[in-house]
Amino acid sequence: MKLNQKTGTRNRELRRIAPKRVPRALPELDRLIHERMRLGIVSALAANETLAFNELKSLLRSTDGNLSVHARKLEDAGYVVCTKSFEGRMPKTAYRLTAEGRRALERYLGHLEAVLQHARGR
Amino acid sequence: MDRLGSHADDNLRFIRATMERAGSFTAVPGWGGVVMGSTALGAAGVSVGAKTPEEWLGVWLAEACLALAIGVLATARKARRTQTELFSGPARRFLLTLTPPLGAGALLTLALERAGLFGLLPGIWLLLYGTAVVTGGAMSVRPVLVMGSLFMLLGAAALSSPASWGTAYLAAGFGGLQIAFGVVIARRYGG
Repeated sequence: MKLNQKTGTRNRELRRIAPKRVPRALPELDRLIHERMRLGIVSALAANETLAFNELKSLLRSTDGNLSVHARKLEDAGYVVCTKSFEGRMPKTAYRLTAEGRRALERYLGHLEAVLQHARGR
Repeated sequence: MDRLGSHADDNLRFIRATMERAGSFTAVPGWGGVVMGSTALGAAGVSVGAKTPEEWLGVWLAEACLALAIGVLATARKARRTQTELFSGPARRFLLTLTPPLGAGALLTLALERAGLFGLLPGIWLLLYGTAVVTGGAMSVRPVLVMGSLFMLLGAAALSSPASWGTAYLAAGFGGLQIAFGVVIARRYGG
């Protein structure tokens, strides 16, 4: 029963992050970290060497499903690494930003800055 | 500013806010805690040899000042390293919640010293330091909260134990607990 509920949440979250949520306004931006939740994950990890799944979840006020879906995308892109370990008998998932992820955030910040300068210049 | 610009501005604010909030998780320095614990063990060793209660109190007050200085320095260093400002939202909130219980502890120390009730000091100190850590740690990582609770328990135990055990309780709390949790925080939360 519990498992079904969890899967249900995950599916809802999957629908919630459908492509229509990605704004089309900034085509040159790295779409991967442009999405709010993923940008949040990367930003939080930029301020911390590692964060546990639950810490990220409460920090970003997210749900299990939403966070894991987005974290997985960042993991697939090589922006974050995920380590799984056991703390006593409790499984523990922790995330860390890779050098590639940090560069991506810096690139993204550079883009935002350029957009702002352009907007102010007009 | 056009829509694109305000969107970028909004995103920059979001990144900044997220980094600040995340920064609060590591406002507590781990290795700093280990150093503070070590000086407390040293103070315990010295204070055992004190001839009068006033001398004993003097040792612990000196240790309190030393620990405070180490704590402030270590927090500042860690904040700089993780690029969070020391007086921005999270750090300030942490400090604000930490200060009242510590201030109450200082005032009670003064009152108890005047009344000559030195035996109550270890329990009061442990209890109020624990309170400070629990309230300050409410927005920090779990080990901080656990450490504060254990300090409070130790304080409660000290208050109901013979006064002669006081120094041992102080060594166990400000030495043992501080070092143990310092190592945990340093290992898991980057220094």
